[in-house]
Amino acid sequence: MAQVESRMLDPREELPGLVELARQARVDVLKMLNRAGSGHTGGSLSAVDILVALFFGHMRLKADDPCWRMRDRFVLSKGHAAPALYAVLAKLGYLRPDDLMTLRQVNSCLQGHPDAKMCTGVECSTGSLGQGLGMALGLALGMRLDKLSSRVYALLGDGEMQEGMVWEAAMAAAHYRAANLTAICDNNGLQIDGRVAEVMNVEPLGAKWRAFGWNALEVDGHDMEAIVSALQTAAAHEAGPSIIIARTVKGKGVSLFENRASSHGVAPSDHELKVALRELGEVPLG
Amino acid sequence: MANEMATRLAYGEALVELGRRDQRVVVLDADLSGSTKTDLFAREFPQRFFNMGVAEQNMMAVAAGLAHAGKLPFASTFAIFAAGRAWEVVRQSIAYSAANVKIVASHGGVTVGPDGGSHQAIEDLALMRVLPNMVVIVPADGVEMKKVVETVAQVQGPCYVRGGRIKSPVIFEETYQFRIGKGVCLRQGKDVTLAACGLMVHQALAAAEWLAKERISAEVLNLSTIKPLDEDLLCQSAAKTGCVVTCEEHLVNGGLGGACAEALGERLPVPLERIGVRDTFGISGRPDELLEYFGLTPADIAAAAVRVMSRK
Ligand SMILES: Cc1ncc(C[n+]2csc(CCOP(=O)(O)OP(=O)(O)O)c2C)c(N)n1
Ligand SMILES: [Mg+2]
Repeated sequence: MAQVESRMLDPREELPGLVELARQARVDVLKMLNRAGSGHTGGSLSAVDILVALFFGHMRLKADDPCWRMRDRFVLSKGHAAPALYAVLAKLGYLRPDDLMTLRQVNSCLQGHPDAKMCTGVECSTGSLGQGLGMALGLALGMRLDKLSSRVYALLGDGEMQEGMVWEAAMAAAHYRAANLTAICDNNGLQIDGRVAEVMNVEPLGAKWRAFGWNALEVDGHDMEAIVSALQTAAAHEAGPSIIIARTVKGKGVSLFENRASSHGVAPSDHELKVALRELGEVPLG
Repeated sequence: MANEMATRLAYGEALVELGRRDQRVVVLDADLSGSTKTDLFAREFPQRFFNMGVAEQNMMAVAAGLAHAGKLPFASTFAIFAAGRAWEVVRQSIAYSAANVKIVASHGGVTVGPDGGSHQAIEDLALMRVLPNMVVIVPADGVEMKKVVETVAQVQGPCYVRGGRIKSPVIFEETYQFRIGKGVCLRQGKDVTLAACGLMVHQALAAAEWLAKERISAEVLNLSTIKPLDEDLLCQSAAKTGCVVTCEEHLVNGGLGGACAEALGERLPVPLERIGVRDTFGISGRPDELLEYFGLTPADIAAAAVRVMSRK
C-alpha cells in the first residue's frame, strides 16, 4: 500500500472526546430534524453513541480521503437513522456543516434515507429494512477476496430483526466465516407500533445469533468505553462474524423522547428543540 | 365528508365498518398500522388483527393461509413493501392460487414526500398489473376508497388497492357507486381525453379547467381500476376526442399509462401522451414540490394536452 500523507483517524479520540462528540451529534440531529420538519428522532438518538464509537473510536478511515481503498466500511441497515449518520459524517469532514440543514429537501445530498449516489461517506443506500446485513456481508466477502484487511460494520434495529432477510444473511455470514464482519443491534426495545416484545418478539437475541453461529456480545449501548471495547473484542474474534447487541434507549439524551414509541417518526417542534437543547447543555447564543 | 381526506384514512374507517358487518374480516399489518390506518381496526377488533412485525413477505404468506381458512384478509403496509418487497410471495401464494386476499397499500407515489425515493412506490402498479388474477385499483379520493373497500370485500380473489399518504380533495358524492373495471367520465369534452387515477384525477380536473379558458374542451376520465381496465370507456372517449393524455403518480411504464397505451394500440391507435415519472427514482422533498419536480401538475397536464392535440 502506498503510504499516503493523509491523516488516518487511528488511534482515535480519548473517551471524554467521544462523549462530547456524541453530545454535539445529538444537538445536530435535533436541529436537522427540526429544520426538516419530519424524520426519525427516536432511532437516530438511540444510535448516536454507537456511531460515534465506531467512526471516532474504532474504524480505520481517513479524514481527507473518504474513498480510501483500505478503509473500513459501515452500512446503516436501519436507514431511518440517517440524521445520526449524517451528523457523524459532517464531524468527520465528509459533509459540510451547511449540508446538515438541507436534510430531506429537494436535491439535497441528505435524502430522508441514506443515498450512496448522492452522499459522500454513505457506502450503501438503505431505508428498506432487512437488506443492510446482506450488503455488508457482500462487502466483507469482496474485500476478503481482495486480501484487504478492512472490516465491515452494519447497524440494525431490533424491530428490523423481524425481517427474514436478516436471518438469511446471518446464516450466510456464519457459513462463510466472515470474521471481518461485525453487526451491531440497536436494541432499544421499541419499533413503530410499540414494544418489540409486544408487536413481534425477537428475544432472546443473544441465543438466536449464537445458534446461527455468531459470536454475540452484549453491552450498554450508551457506555462509550463499553462499546469501543466490544468493537475491539469483535474485531479480534477470528472464527467468524460477531454481533454486538447494544442495549439502548430510544430517544436517548432527551427526556421528552426517551423510551417512547411515539418519538419514532416525528421531528422535534421548535419548542421541543429548545427544551431538548437545554437538556443537552447547549446554551443558546445571545 | 370533509373536502380533503387521505385515502389511507378512508381505508382505515371503511375497514372498521366492514369488520362490524363481516366476521370473516381479518387484518394484517407489518409495523405500520398507525400509518396505514389499520390501527383503527386493531383497536376495535384486537382478536382479528395480526401485527406481523417488520416482515412483509411472511405477512403475505400468512394472509394467503388465512384466506384458505375461509377468512377475508386485508393486508396492509407501504406500497413499496407490499408490492415490492413481497412481490414474489404475492405472486405465488396469493395471485397464483387466486387466494382471496385484499392487499391495501398506503404511501403510493411521490407524494410520500421527505422520506425519499426508497419509500416512494412508483412501480407498484406495474408490478401488480402484470400478475394474472390480480385486480388493481387506485381510488381517486376518500369516498371512492370507502366504496372500493366495500366492493372488493364482496368479490372473490386477489385485489391490490393503492392509497396515498397526503390529504387530497374529495371529488365524489357519497352516492357514488363504484364498480370494479368501470371508469367514470367526470367531465365531458371533445378535444382531448385526460385519463387519470388516484390523486392525479384532481390534477386532471384542474387541468381541464385551465384548458377551458384556452377554449380547449377536455374530457376527464377516472380510470380507478387499472386492471381490468375500462377499455370501452377509454376507446369511446378517444374515438370522440381523437387523443389521450394519461395522468398517474407512477412511472409512465407499466401503470395506467402503460395499460392505456396497450389498449389503444390494439383497439384504437390515437396520439397519446403520458404524464408520470420518467425512468428515475423519487427524491426527498415536500409533496407539492415533488409534484412539480416530476411534472405532475395541472400545468404539465395541460401542456401535454396541447402537445397531443397538435399530433392529431
Ligand atoms: C422493509 C421495511 N418495512 C417497513 C419499513 C418502515 N419502518 C421504518 S422504521 C420501522 C421500525 C423499525 O424498528 P427498529 O428496527 O427497532 O428501529 P429503531 O427502533 O431503531 O428506530 C419500520 C417498520 C421499512 N423502512 N422497511
Ligand atoms: Mg427498535
